[in-house]
Amino acid sequence: MPDTKLHVSRTTRLSTISMTLMFVVVLVLACAPWWASRADIRLFGEISLYIALASLWNLLAGYAGLVSVGQQAYVGLGGYVFFGLTLLAGLNPIAALLIAPLIGVVVAAPVAVLIFRLRGAYFAIGTWVVSEVFRLTAAQVSALGGGSGISLPVSVVNALAQGRFLREALAYWLALGVAVLVTAAVFFLLRSRRGVALMAIRDNELAAKSLGIDIWVTKFVVYLVTAGLTTLVGALIFLQKLRVSPDAAFSSNDWTAFVIFIVVIGGVGTIEGPIIGTLIYFALRETLADLGTIYLIALGIVAIVIMLKAPSGVWGLIRGRRGLELFPISRRIRGLD
Amino acid sequence: MTAILELEGVGKAFGAVVVAEHQSWSLQQGEALGVIGPNGAGKTSMFNLITGALPVDQGTIRLAGQDITHWSAARRCRAGIARSFQVPQPFSGMTVFENAYVAATQGAGLSAGEAEDLCLDVLERTGLLRKGNVMAGSLTLLERKRLELSRALCARPRVLLLDEIAGGLTENECQALIGTIRDVRQTGVSIVWIEHVVHALLAVVDRLIVIDFGRKIAEGDPQTVMDSREVREIYLGIEAHG
Repeated sequence: MPDTKLHVSRTTRLSTISMTLMFVVVLVLACAPWWASRADIRLFGEISLYIALASLWNLLAGYAGLVSVGQQAYVGLGGYVFFGLTLLAGLNPIAALLIAPLIGVVVAAPVAVLIFRLRGAYFAIGTWVVSEVFRLTAAQVSALGGGSGISLPVSVVNALAQGRFLREALAYWLALGVAVLVTAAVFFLLRSRRGVALMAIRDNELAAKSLGIDIWVTKFVVYLVTAGLTTLVGALIFLQKLRVSPDAAFSSNDWTAFVIFIVVIGGVGTIEGPIIGTLIYFALRETLADLGTIYLIALGIVAIVIMLKAPSGVWGLIRGRRGLELFPISRRIRGLD
Repeated sequence: MTAILELEGVGKAFGAVVVAEHQSWSLQQGEALGVIGPNGAGKTSMFNLITGALPVDQGTIRLAGQDITHWSAARRCRAGIARSFQVPQPFSGMTVFENAYVAATQGAGLSAGEAEDLCLDVLERTGLLRKGNVMAGSLTLLERKRLELSRALCARPRVLLLDEIAGGLTENECQALIGTIRDVRQTGVSIVWIEHVVHALLAVVDRLIVIDFGRKIAEGDPQTVMDSREVREIYLGIEAHG
């Protein structure tokens, strides 16, 4: 029998400090409407939504190995579902936000059954085709403006909250809230039994299945969770934008290319990577945006350099072989000398 | 004794390459069976067919009398078949302990607490406990092979399939490994062991089968099989004249 003083734990001093720090940062950010400018609040809201999108794409591609280039399908679906539920069905915006992820899951289930038949590059292309089908379908809905899109009427916006300050603050809190919700969902999923299976699949599918893990089922669950939450993020994005059109809603540049860039530079297959990647992306964007096209060239160069020199991303470099963690997920044996 | 694992007329081919041809044999409850044969004879492929990593073309595979021929690999593991891979397949981004923990929670279906105890116990027995918190990706080849054995044991198998785990060990390490496998057998686990290190194999197994070109060419008492003409001709590559 092993030493009785041995035990298994997940918290480290670093993770306790970082979790406390993150809690404080979220609290300070939650008070932003009282200390930040309107422009800053918009920026914080946008950063929050990108953290959510990047964490979800990372869960899908980095852990489940489902490299989708069509997640804009669910961002756009979220936008259209939100506009449809509020404009056509006359629902309260908050109720629409609660229903949106459920619709995302219902739509994603048959899509998953279909595209899971494809492997590797064919799967990626399949996801992109699905998002194009969604975009073309949305353009056919004349009640929501067809190909040219539609704006959210003042009545719906006013139903959200009274007064501009409160309305903007609420939109921001929703964005911040969804970033926290998504990060927490990924965190608790990875700590669960299914999370153990998911990390095993990330590292080696052959070994995973021969150790009792149902790969199809695990991937299916991850695809549905990701689709549902991405739909929710999409609904929030277009609540902020107050206008939806097929091209904006299903933009592969905005909702997939930038998101993949973020996850790759941050560190794919880690929970910290997408958060760090988002901060780097916005830091680059805010400092280089005035340069026009050069900004996109600079982003491209950063991505290429990171992929060549540090394929596990910025967090992968910091994490090193010791496997530092800001979120306590992995299990360590305590009591070994 | 009753058969825990049975193969009946199992066949598999990739085009013209036959990796298993009408293979029929059985493993008795509590038995240790050795498998030898030249490289490329289809030994590992046979494990792939038993564990469900490859689908069979013909034949039936039974576990404790139940037909598992069309079960998924995951289901077969949960039903009690675990293997080690000849080419180690670690979860590189997880620690050694977590690699074992995957097997204990997913394969053996244990709760978190039970799984932790089992993993610590198994890693102690396989000599990997000191490396418990090390990322599996940074292990040496020999440590990776030990991790293969540890993970398979943490799945709490009824049938343990071992694929060349003794290669490259020093004599002392080899004796320790033999001891570990004998202990595993004592707990009632039935074992099929593919091994080129014949003296290690003979120290443990009750029976030997010889495979070449996907066919079973000899079967029986280890010493008799080792002395047989087929083995000397085909496996050891010694021409038996006269």
